Amino acid sequence: MKKNHKKKLFSAKVFVRLKDGVLDPQGSTIKRALLDMGYKGIEEIKTGKVFEISFGSEDNKKSKVLLDEICKKLLANPVIEKYRFEIVSKK
Amino acid sequence: MKFGVITFPGSNCDYDCYRAVKDVLKEDVEFLWHNDTSLNGCDCVILPGGFSYGDYLRTGAIARFSLIMKEVKRFANYGGLVIGICNGFQILLESGLLPGAMLKNKSLRFICKYVYIRVENVDTPYTNKCKEGQVLKIPIAHSDGNYYISEGGLKELKKQNRIVFRYCDLDGNLDIRFNPNGAFDFIAGIKNKQGNVLGMMPHPERSSEKVLGSADGRYIFESIVEYFRGKRF
Repeated sequence: MKKNHKKKLFSAKVFVRLKDGVLDPQGSTIKRALLDMGYKGIEEIKTGKVFEISFGSEDNKKSKVLLDEICKKLLANPVIEKYRFEIVSKK
Repeated sequence: MKFGVITFPGSNCDYDCYRAVKDVLKEDVEFLWHNDTSLNGCDCVILPGGFSYGDYLRTGAIARFSLIMKEVKRFANYGGLVIGICNGFQILLESGLLPGAMLKNKSLRFICKYVYIRVENVDTPYTNKCKEGQVLKIPIAHSDGNYYISEGGLKELKKQNRIVFRYCDLDGNLDIRFNPNGAFDFIAGIKNKQGNVLGMMPHPERSSEKVLGSADGRYIFESIVEYFRGKRF
């Protein structure tokens, strides 16, 4: 018989953005707009995406494995993007 | 010879491809559905342009997981002819059948216009009817056609002669003003190592009849038939 592992509810934020060295035309356009608005100190802007995910998992370690997998397979394109995530255990 | 045109949710050049093959090329063609699990004996599969899955997440990122893509991968690995046009090219990149990725156009605009591309390699199933350096007038229509690949990847593409088309001016010169989207090294189309898979951003199906402004796209479709006939008989 299978052991009945108790799953807890986790939530995570995944951040995806273009790798350094990959041209980010949206970022440079926003930077130019800010400079035009008079914000003189702006050095660089990188745009990206944030995903908020809720999921059931047994523990932190398994959550990390899961998130790493879905980032690699779908949420980020490793050719041009990099990702990181933060996990919060809800209950 | 039988062509198959895959319709993904959001494809919008599938009928153009179908018509180019059926009415211009006068070859057999049928539609394949993204949920199909067979290519129905097609000899060449076309992944058409459009906005599969609304371009959500990244262009081609979701279509890549369509059921039919498993078959397309298997077919490609056995040497089957697969051509991805525009969004079809983006799907081939996401699926790993071709290297690299697409970034937003440098101008951040959707660009829809005729451009010139230079044929860099005529030794492919898709360009054997062209002359080396021939300039083709074929339209583009995309937001994400700014081809990116790592320096190492570019070296490999060059070494293996896998860059098939480059954006150029009317006379075939590489000029930054004629690189519409900012693509790395003016790249408009590449092939895989074996040469049976081609991805290109310009739309040959939209330029296969004079009445559309150019018939240069026919070179590509006719090359495919020529290659297939030569290989078979």
